[in-house]
Amino acid sequence: MGFLDISNVTKSYGNIEVLHHVDIAVDEGEFLVLVGPSGCGKSTLLNMIAGLEDITSGGISIKGRVMNGVHPSKRNIAMVFQSYALYPNMTVGQNMTFGLEMHGVAKPERDKALADVAKLLQIEQLLDRKPGQLSGGQRQRVAMGRALVREPDVFLFDEPLSNLDAKLRVDMRTEIKKLHEKLKTTIVYVTHDQIEAMTLSTRIAVMNDGYVQQLGTPKEIYDTPSNLFVATFMGSPAMNILPAKVSMIEGVPHAEITNGAGQTASLRFSQANMADWAGKEVLLGIRPEALTDPEGADRKSRNIVTLQNAVDVIEPAGADTFVTTTLGDVAVIARMRADSDVASGQMFDFAVNMEKAVVFNPKTEKRIAP
Amino acid sequence: MAAATQDTAVSSGKITRVFIYLVLLLSALFYLLPFFVMVVNSLKPLDEITGGNMMALPQTWTIEPWLKAWSTAQIGVEATGLKPYFLNSILMVVPAVVISTGLGALNGYVLTKWRFRGDTILFGLLLFSCFIPFQIVLIPMATILGKIGLAGSIPGLVLVHVVYGVGFTTLYYRNYYASFPNELVRAAMIDGAGFFRIFWRIMLPVSGPITVVSVIWQFTNVWNDFLFGASFGGQTQPMTVALNNLVQSSTGVKEYNVHFAGAILAALPTLLVYIVAGRYFVRGLMAGSVKG
Repeated sequence: MGFLDISNVTKSYGNIEVLHHVDIAVDEGEFLVLVGPSGCGKSTLLNMIAGLEDITSGGISIKGRVMNGVHPSKRNIAMVFQSYALYPNMTVGQNMTFGLEMHGVAKPERDKALADVAKLLQIEQLLDRKPGQLSGGQRQRVAMGRALVREPDVFLFDEPLSNLDAKLRVDMRTEIKKLHEKLKTTIVYVTHDQIEAMTLSTRIAVMNDGYVQQLGTPKEIYDTPSNLFVATFMGSPAMNILPAKVSMIEGVPHAEITNGAGQTASLRFSQANMADWAGKEVLLGIRPEALTDPEGADRKSRNIVTLQNAVDVIEPAGADTFVTTTLGDVAVIARMRADSDVASGQMFDFAVNMEKAVVFNPKTEKRIAP
Repeated sequence: MAAATQDTAVSSGKITRVFIYLVLLLSALFYLLPFFVMVVNSLKPLDEITGGNMMALPQTWTIEPWLKAWSTAQIGVEATGLKPYFLNSILMVVPAVVISTGLGALNGYVLTKWRFRGDTILFGLLLFSCFIPFQIVLIPMATILGKIGLAGSIPGLVLVHVVYGVGFTTLYYRNYYASFPNELVRAAMIDGAGFFRIFWRIMLPVSGPITVVSVIWQFTNVWNDFLFGASFGGQTQPMTVALNNLVQSSTGVKEYNVHFAGAILAALPTLLVYIVAGRYFVRGLMAGSVKG
């Protein structure tokens, strides 16, 4: 039983079920991120926690109190909206204390709470302004301040950073993380940005088509994605997925792939259970950083396989150089050091870190190793 | 040749601009001319009108026609002037505008933020009331007013105008609130504000522009209405009916100067509403609620 318990929750509109049997238990102080493409049901789930949407079946409880049918204002939650939803006719201070006023908190206490939060967020000088006079980043702070003032059990964030420009978004991301580490509050955060999910969360729920595809720590999600969707959705550039055949060479399982020239290359598996798949087709998942130049390969790995292949395109990105090559008849992206001497059109030695390889069943798309 | 093109753009812009101002000026004169005639002639003694040029300024200025129209002119059988009828109109128009605008705002709020099954059909029906001609409802309305004991009274007229106005005001507010962000309502719900509190504290304060539109529309329509006033006014007839009785009287000398003054008196309140409220039309009160 968690602090926030979502148990077997479904949501239907008429006959169409949009959320299927979601089970998530969130502990106190956790930062849970719901991530997924648009239409996956993440915002619907958040709205159900907030009480803005009805729960079709199942139950949501906060601190052991069942929340089904409880009015949003009586759940002791606070929500930060994508558009900030600041009341345009009120000053920043009035915006932030509106919730307390509605809950019948006396003026001196409201003012004290406001002063504390304004200090925390460094928006003391903005309190008398109207939202229209604020910049995007300031509005964002005020929206968070409005949530903080209430001292709720659970904070709900609905894509709060997606209206900010790229630089400000990174700054605010750090700020939210700092705030969470300082206040140790329970947060449920919805985003479609997998980098936000990775950097902010203590746990991630990856959602697609109304199902929770995987629930785990950022490292679990990244290193051992439970299926092909999670593997390709999390990480940028996306994980390379190439068809391979498992063959036994001297009693050790190898992945046989075709290289750009049409020849077969054998990559030794580190995962012992791959012997069960001998002679069968699998999908081999390799992250771009596990496919690199020999000098840049992970020195701690005990299974680096080098193979020669033609370079199709190189994209210098400053810190890294992304190299596109063809393996197993698909375009594959490798991440190399910025000063590796790679040139397009030439043959190059690619180092594959097979310890980090993830293998999927091509029929069910589920992970079979590691 | 960027510079050359810019030159021609500027000079052709000037020509267009002169043309635009010319058209605007002519239109303004065209619309102001009748008003000029009315004002000028209402300030002349009657013999100047009957004996001479309608367009000329008065040779002897007088406000006698205004005073007469206001307090001593013969309206129907009594020489009361327009004063009591003006009061009737005020007593009718203020509650009618306030109630119909208030109901329209509430309707618009419910139809956009508290959606329910069949709300679009209900809105369609309300909208339909805008297209029903006045004449059709005269007899049923008279029956109903008689049955509820409001026939021939100001409250009766207020009721008639509220019923007729609510379709329009609902249309205005519904369309205005449709673009009002739902997230604000949701935020207020989480903050603990109830149905009326959200309406009063969140929606109404930003409804300035549409309230001005609604008030101008309703005020003008109710004030200028003649048919309902004549049909249901009884002893408490509004200004429009009284003006008709003043101007259409078939006995005695036609006092054109008094008629002009009376007509201006009858039109003055609507004119005033435009002048006072018109500037609020353009105020963007929604700025900054969501991302800008």
